[in-house]
Amino acid sequence: MMDAVGTPSSVLVVGGTSDIALAVVERLGTGTRLRVVLAARPSTRRDEAVRRLAGAGHDAQVVDFDAEDTASHAATVAQSFAGGDLDVVVVAVGVLGDQELAWQDPAAAVRLLQVNATAAVSTGVLVAQRLRQQGHGAVVALSSVAAERARRSNFVYGASKAAMDAFFTGLREALRPDGIRVLVVRPGFVRSRMTEGLPSVPLSTTPEAVAERVARALVGQREVVRVPAALGPVMAVLRSLPSPVFRRLPF
Amino acid sequence: MSRQALQGWGRTATSVADVVAPTADEQVAEAVLGRPARGVVARGLGRSYGDAAQNAGGTVLDLRAMGRVLAVDVAGARVTVEAGVSLDALMHLLLPLGLFVPVTPGTRSVTVGGAIAADVHGKDHHVAGSFCDAVDSLDLLVADGTVRTVGPDHDPDLFWATAGGMGLTGVVLRATLRMRPVETSRVVVDTERADDLDDLLGRLTDGDDAYAYSVAWVDCLARGRSLGRAVLTRGRPARRDELDARARRDPLSFRARPRLQVPDVLPSGLVNRATVAALNEAWFRKAPRERRGQVQGIAPFFHPLDGLGQWSRAYGPRGFVQYQFVVPLTADATVRRCIQALRAGGAVPSLAVLKRFGPGNPGPLSFPAPGWTLAVDVPVTGGTAAVLRALDELVLAAGGRVYLAKDARLPPAALHRMYPRLDEWRAVRERVDPEHLFTSDLARRLAL
Repeated sequence: MMDAVGTPSSVLVVGGTSDIALAVVERLGTGTRLRVVLAARPSTRRDEAVRRLAGAGHDAQVVDFDAEDTASHAATVAQSFAGGDLDVVVVAVGVLGDQELAWQDPAAAVRLLQVNATAAVSTGVLVAQRLRQQGHGAVVALSSVAAERARRSNFVYGASKAAMDAFFTGLREALRPDGIRVLVVRPGFVRSRMTEGLPSVPLSTTPEAVAERVARALVGQREVVRVPAALGPVMAVLRSLPSPVFRRLPF
Repeated sequence: MSRQALQGWGRTATSVADVVAPTADEQVAEAVLGRPARGVVARGLGRSYGDAAQNAGGTVLDLRAMGRVLAVDVAGARVTVEAGVSLDALMHLLLPLGLFVPVTPGTRSVTVGGAIAADVHGKDHHVAGSFCDAVDSLDLLVADGTVRTVGPDHDPDLFWATAGGMGLTGVVLRATLRMRPVETSRVVVDTERADDLDDLLGRLTDGDDAYAYSVAWVDCLARGRSLGRAVLTRGRPARRDELDARARRDPLSFRARPRLQVPDVLPSGLVNRATVAALNEAWFRKAPRERRGQVQGIAPFFHPLDGLGQWSRAYGPRGFVQYQFVVPLTADATVRRCIQALRAGGAVPSLAVLKRFGPGNPGPLSFPAPGWTLAVDVPVTGGTAAVLRALDELVLAAGGRVYLAKDARLPPAALHRMYPRLDEWRAVRERVDPEHLFTSDLARRLAL
């Protein structure tokens, strides 16, 4: 059970090697021992994630998860819940992809959408069923500010995040009567392994800063958080800028 | 049966359950024997602050409709009631007959079943013990659907495991209580101000046993030389000859209803350092330095907050937690450190009361133990978790414990250290409910 002050006792991460998701888990588990299920493809990164969480005193288990094989998702989610209730589910399945390839190569574009949108939605549907049965829980959906207004340099990624963002925003309303919370998280540019080597942009942030915002939002009433918080007003302006102006922006 | 979102009085940690409102034993048995996959727990008036009367995804038995008074023996001061009857109803019915409830917590809005499950205490604990000390016997519907009559002399293990057992041994259906005969429905009250914590603890140590009722309101935001400044109110039941002529005409009258309702529109954050500091200052200044022999009604003396309906809404949608601990009498330094930690950690200790407990009872999960007990309301903010973890450590180091009826956030590992007789309790529960059919959000959270 998640307690009154926002400390869960168990967490599932779908896309279990995400730097942001692991930072969220560590932040939520401060001062307590969590049971963590990492659903991810078998890899050295997954092994590293298990070691990292075990090193922080948590009980980390793994479940195999192939984002592109939607037929396997039901089994993945069933296995994830086999050990008991899960208080928080972090949906962190996502790749950045190669934007220039993705908008010109159909296979690359489809793959990006399959991982970031289809897999997130497919697991989201399955997780929602489980949480309704258990009568409590929270979903943390890692979206992006790119979902709000994509730029020339990231619009395929933006399209995929817009799809999952709209789904989880709607799921939030659908699950309200069941007492399940859905928090949509829209970070800006996060310096992590996913963005290694990319030029930094203004208002960039860190996985730890995202984790802090998520933890505080789970205690409070917020339904959408942007990280850093300053992106709230910034995106309000950017969303309404006419395209001729938007395209001239220097980032 | 309807699916409902439930919270405790602190308005935190909502969960959804199938709520059944039985009106007879058979319906309780039916719900239990249906063996719902996620278990069953009984709920009364929902005054537990945390998640004790919730059962996410399972069944919650709303016992409020089982609220009949079955037998009253005025001469013997005994009453047999159904578990869903409230202390408020008992007072309205029985005070005119000269019978007062044996123990009342700070609210009348609790059911007898809930008072037993939490083994509640009141301002008289130092002389009268807790609620279950005044229970002659009770009928408990256990996991196999049968009803056991238990008491201190009849299956005492099951009786005491039920006293403070948070509803996890079965459903209390009925209980026979030893009431307290009174001449009037009034209390004679002495009020004094204590300038700091040492002054307060000194007064409680020296004078408490002369009073039937004793409690102190503490300003947890005062610091320096004023740390722990308090207003101490102590009293005893009034005799008929102590009432004025008008009151003497109807010495046992009791009519108490909430005068104001707090609307459900207030934002979180109204209870903050500035507002609490201002209220504390006003409350302390308003209290007389010393006043003896004031005659007060039962409602204003015991249940001042019941005059303000749904007052927990003042904390807004984020809600609040109440942290109540007890530490041995020798650990007065721990009380001081806890008040300091609450202040220093950025939490907002709002309403706080301190009392000196007398001896505990045989219940392995019953909260009261000889010592100082401090109960503090703290609005939920981002920093609350860390501050209360620090308090857990201070309380544990002093050999103390927290009160499960208030708890909404204790980690399971701490529970086992605070309640060393937990395994005894578990052994009784295994005997009557090996499948753990009776469970709750609190039981899951604490791995009880």
